[in-house]
Amino acid sequence: MAASTSPLRKRHLSLRQQDARIAWMLVLPSLVVILGVTLWPILYTFALSFYHAPTGINQVRTFVGFGNYLTVIRDRTFWETIGRTMYFTVVSVGLELMLGLGIAQLIHSKPWGWRFLRLSLIIPWAVPTIVNGAMWRWIYSADFGALNGLLMQLGLIKHYVPWLSLPNAAMNLIILADVWHMMPFVALILQSALATLPEELEEAAAVDGANALQRFWSIRLPMLRPAILIALIVRTVDAFRVFDIAYIITNGGPAFRTVTITYLTYFNAFAYGKQGIGAALSFLISVFSITMAVIFIRFLYRPEETQ
Amino acid sequence: MIPYRRILRKLGLFLLTLPVLAFIFFPILWLFTASLSTQVELFAIPPHWLPQHPTFQNYLDIFFPSQAASTVPRTFAIALLNSIKIASAVTLICILIGSLAAYALVRIPFRFNRAIQIGILGSRMIPEVSLILPLFIVASTLQLINKPIVLIIAYMSFALPYAIWMMAAFFQTVPVELEDAARIDGCNRLGILRWIVMPVAVPGLISTAMFTFLLAWDEFFYALIFTSTLAAKTAPVAIAEFIGRYAVNITGMMAGGVLAALPPVILGLIFQRYVVSGMTAGAVKG
Repeated sequence: MAASTSPLRKRHLSLRQQDARIAWMLVLPSLVVILGVTLWPILYTFALSFYHAPTGINQVRTFVGFGNYLTVIRDRTFWETIGRTMYFTVVSVGLELMLGLGIAQLIHSKPWGWRFLRLSLIIPWAVPTIVNGAMWRWIYSADFGALNGLLMQLGLIKHYVPWLSLPNAAMNLIILADVWHMMPFVALILQSALATLPEELEEAAAVDGANALQRFWSIRLPMLRPAILIALIVRTVDAFRVFDIAYIITNGGPAFRTVTITYLTYFNAFAYGKQGIGAALSFLISVFSITMAVIFIRFLYRPEETQ
Repeated sequence: MIPYRRILRKLGLFLLTLPVLAFIFFPILWLFTASLSTQVELFAIPPHWLPQHPTFQNYLDIFFPSQAASTVPRTFAIALLNSIKIASAVTLICILIGSLAAYALVRIPFRFNRAIQIGILGSRMIPEVSLILPLFIVASTLQLINKPIVLIIAYMSFALPYAIWMMAAFFQTVPVELEDAARIDGCNRLGILRWIVMPVAVPGLISTAMFTFLLAWDEFFYALIFTSTLAAKTAPVAIAEFIGRYAVNITGMMAGGVLAALPPVILGLIFQRYVVSGMTAGAVKG
């Protein structure tokens, strides 16, 4: 048997092994860093979620089993917060997808100035989240804001309205700010996907008498599916962990009406000094995020569809 | 009849772009106006859509903070500098060590290659909030709070997996034939990466560097928790600190906001071509 191992094969094997060794050398620095700043902390967080852990270096931690998780799921605030976060996610991602698709179509039909429009879309996307939040907070300002000024000059309101203090308006105003910031991302992705679609199918369908709506619905939309899914996955996972924009525009107010799940975790871990509860909450967010991503990838995202 | 209808269609489409452009530019105009106004003019009712007495004083105060200037411009000058340092360091490290890993994962078959790839993709799904407590506990024990290094390390948690994933997508497009030819000529793996793959993937590296820089520049959550003093406070934290206080110099803050928005906006506009390819490459493409 040993004789069948030709010198050539032996050399090939050792080359492979050599390659593997080089591969490990190349991967190692990144691997160490990633394990250190993600895997280790997430395991630590998981462990911490089983302890009663008040903030402070000298505080004693006591093991409470699933106590923190029970506390969390028995708390009405938690479910209200989940509901609010879902509302934010569904409405903002939904609006971003619809507007994004519409604007992508608009650019694709090449009206005058379409290049300028496409270039303009980069600006809101590139503006940092916090600057975006500060800008909109200033627009919504009760005393001197642009929204009040505009509506007043148009004659739509008689007095300045404290927009961000209206319990039912605050979350929707945050959504508007988020749509301004993130709709361009969806529009740009879909526009570049539209540009690569073959036109023959739609032309053939047009010859066969399919109207514009039918062509859009049964030819263009299915072909756009991979791009729409990319946008949907990225935006949903992102939107569910929303914090920055709510923190900056409303500070969670009025009366906790804009506290999202990440915000609630922040309160528990850093304001209320309940690290155990914070850990349990943040672990739940992770599980939810990863589950959502896996579901999207498994059921919606077929690898062969992406080029 | 046909040209007439075509012109009408063009006109209709053009009219549709106007509300979109208005939606995009109205908030920006308002931000600019505020940054160029005096405090007095900013509080005018009804608002002045364009400043009647535009002034660059707010910007000058930030660039040349004198002792006489209020705390807002002085804080911004330092916070912007901190942001530049931290985002640049993060970008540099990610490109350096990330490109090595990305190449190995794409081109060299070895045990656990697939597992590591899935791990990297998975780590991108973990939200910052799930990592912050342990990082905070360690950072306070080692007395690293308020030092730029703690942000650089923490930012690796999202920037490095992102950069690796993106560069892997770009390296994949480099033809294997090029590498095979070099190998036959006796070039080793590192030589191939340096002399064959890297030069071909330059657009991908630029795109990755830009996105990594933007991610680090934009980051707020870690920065909010890890920094409170001027030693490491970044621009987003400075904005957040000032925004709630009405007694504060708002025009100065808006000028700071414009300055914080300028680097990413300019990068995005210059590298327009790479923005969209980067968006899709950075997405969950397996």
